[in-house]
Amino acid sequence: MITSRSFLRGCLTLIAALSLASCNKDDGSSGGALSGDAASRVYVAPGQKDEFYSFVSGGFSGQVAVYGIPSGRLFRVIPVFSVDPEKGWGFTEETKPMLNTSHGFVPWDDSHHPDMSQTGGVADGKWVFINGNNTPRIARIDLTDFRTKEILEIPNSAGNHSSPFSTENSEYVVSGTRFSVPIPQEDISITQYSEKFRGALTFVKVDKTSGQMDIDFQLLVPGFDYDLARAGKGPSHDWMFMSCYNTEQANTMKEINASQNDKDFIIAINWKKCAELAAQGKGTIMNVDYAHNVYNDATHSATSTIKKQIRILTTADIKGALYYMPTPKSPHGCDVDPSGELIVGGGKLATVIPVMSFSKMLKAIESGKFDKEIDGIPVLNYKDCLAGEVVRPGLGPLHTEFDGKGYAYTSMFVSSEIVKWSLKDFKVVDRVPTYYSIGHLNIPGGNSTKPWGKYVIAYNKITKDRYLPTGPELTQSAQLYDISGEKMKLLLDFPTIGEPHYAVACPADLIMKNSRKMYQLKENKHPHATLKEADTKVVRSGNDVHVYMTSIRSHFSPDNIEGVKVGDKVYWHVTNLEQDWDVPHGFAVIGANNSELLIMPGETCTLLWEPKRAGVFPFYCTDFCSALHQEMQGYVRVSNGGSGQVTWNKK
Amino acid sequence: MKPLHRILMALGAVALLGLFFFPMWSITLEAPQYPKGSELGIDIHINNVEGSRPNDLDNINNLNHYIGMKRIEPDSIPELKYMPVIVLVLVGLGLLVAAFGKRWMIIVWLGLLTGAGVLGMYDFWLWEYDYGHNLDPHAIIKIEGMSYQPPLLGTEQLLNFTASSYPAVGFAFIALGGLLAVIAWWLSRQRTTTH
Repeated sequence: MITSRSFLRGCLTLIAALSLASCNKDDGSSGGALSGDAASRVYVAPGQKDEFYSFVSGGFSGQVAVYGIPSGRLFRVIPVFSVDPEKGWGFTEETKPMLNTSHGFVPWDDSHHPDMSQTGGVADGKWVFINGNNTPRIARIDLTDFRTKEILEIPNSAGNHSSPFSTENSEYVVSGTRFSVPIPQEDISITQYSEKFRGALTFVKVDKTSGQMDIDFQLLVPGFDYDLARAGKGPSHDWMFMSCYNTEQANTMKEINASQNDKDFIIAINWKKCAELAAQGKGTIMNVDYAHNVYNDATHSATSTIKKQIRILTTADIKGALYYMPTPKSPHGCDVDPSGELIVGGGKLATVIPVMSFSKMLKAIESGKFDKEIDGIPVLNYKDCLAGEVVRPGLGPLHTEFDGKGYAYTSMFVSSEIVKWSLKDFKVVDRVPTYYSIGHLNIPGGNSTKPWGKYVIAYNKITKDRYLPTGPELTQSAQLYDISGEKMKLLLDFPTIGEPHYAVACPADLIMKNSRKMYQLKENKHPHATLKEADTKVVRSGNDVHVYMTSIRSHFSPDNIEGVKVGDKVYWHVTNLEQDWDVPHGFAVIGANNSELLIMPGETCTLLWEPKRAGVFPFYCTDFCSALHQEMQGYVRVSNGGSGQVTWNKK
Repeated sequence: MKPLHRILMALGAVALLGLFFFPMWSITLEAPQYPKGSELGIDIHINNVEGSRPNDLDNINNLNHYIGMKRIEPDSIPELKYMPVIVLVLVGLGLLVAAFGKRWMIIVWLGLLTGAGVLGMYDFWLWEYDYGHNLDPHAIIKIEGMSYQPPLLGTEQLLNFTASSYPAVGFAFIALGGLLAVIAWWLSRQRTTTH
């Protein structure tokens, strides 16, 4: 019998050698009959709406993109972890605090896994959570206005990859660290990895009504690389499952050194028990620094608070709440089926897809028969927990979702395909190629107790020859497959922003009905709001000049300002007085070192402008608001010296 | 008039009270920028003029500044103070007709109702004329010979807007009141009897 490693190495070599040429057998563009049918399946006629919203991670763009399914049309890019001058995100005085961290202002991150809030294991359309991988954070996006309302930094985590993965009623979102580090941080040799480095698994409580996040407790566990997670549901409701690799605890050349063990782990965490112990005051309080940034809808402004303490639970504090389930090999996905009984591992280098049984796991725990213990965490026996294995599924299984009709769909990175298999007998029933090298896949609701199993969407890592080339940097892409029948059918390729790691999707109705049209002017509590034209003014206070400005079709008030001096800091507080749907106004002023303002009806935004030379300078509306949009402009006079007495005109 | 007829007449009078709860007339404005489902609308009640949706009146007023139309300010329309009184008087008179039970009184009441209606429509037209023609000479958009009077009844194109003016739910209560009175009058006619 060939060893799995040599088998795998052979396969990898084969893939490298044959690469894309081997895919010619079915290039996905053949079959005229299919493409005709496919076109009608994804065609959403002008003026018609898509059936599903899909929230796709922007990867290294740091953002979240909103697409319609089945059309694959892009509606909006929601700025989350990265600045966005188009929307003023991270540039306006109101949004700068959102990107504050314990490291100061961080204008970029790498966003990987969107997850929607759930009620009873079903997507509820309230919030999308997403992780920032580089400077560990979790963000919450409000689906009434598709804006980021909260960003919480995760202390002691060094790479927030295994995140956010909500529990069944969004009691918690989690953060497992991809990189283990000394905790608390200290200046030690990297070679001390195995004795000194720890992994932080953080449980963040979510308020049911407001959605506000708060770190409840953090588990300090052996220093592995924690990768992906999924909460239990139904019978496994109290548990969180998290995959990990580098159980070798390598600190260099991980591609080799972290790929030696035949089995790594899925850690099963009884979060309910941990939460109870934390509530009883178990563990210790650690002094840390982490930013908690909250955007307030009434003041249209964010505040950033540096918080100082978290509760730490060590493995000794929570005996009986953590177990390692051996999983072949360097697992990525760790996905729970709609019943909550099956946990599917996705071992990147594994030759099988292991399917673990929750009830068998409980029995194994009860029996007390463990292979060994690692730092007080019992390691269960692989076979004792195993429900079955999907054999010869393909190469590089990564991630699995479910259609709610008894089938699982697993992405295969190396063999670049989606494999459909039965949850009854773990037999492969269908496979389709992806173009190319699929990472995650998504079925609307496919991570929940109630999948809407109509489509599976592949999020690919490589596009090569699929689109018109755009130089060395090519578009990334998604592919939509029909899974309503026995056989999967490719319907559509569509390009995505950044790198589409993962996505969540739900029926459009769930979100559409709550979609906000504007902000109520009378509810605007911004400290610098101007709620009617009669109240517009310019106020000097030292070298700060505050312009209290309004915009309404098609003028600014005031639109002539004098008395600003070189070296002043001019704060343009612009309130959009419109109370009409889809009438934003913009604001831009020459030489601004930041961005424009894009102000929604009823909202107030502030741009800081520091004029560097004397003269008369224009400002104007950047969003084509009306027939007289071009006329929506004004002038500000900047003087060298002078009295600095500010004057302005009224309409 | 028998008790049934009096009751019908009284119900007819009371039906007019529906005008206190529902608009009697609506003007809707559709445009490419305000498509069906998102169109603007004005509802005319006996005691108020308001937007069909919360911000409609402000938005209509704001848009009207482009053509120099003056703002529609409910407080500056005195009819909105008189009309509730007129309706209450009609209700009271109708109840008196029911109490006295004289058929000729029904005819008088119907005459008053119709008269009030016709006068109301004429007054409405006058306001529309005023808003549509009495425009600011410095208006942003000026088109030779163009006025912006919405139709009294029906649909008309005013620049990019399709203005439609139709009776609303409240009007049905006027019609119901009149109809009940007519039925009372008809049923209470003297029939030749052989007894």
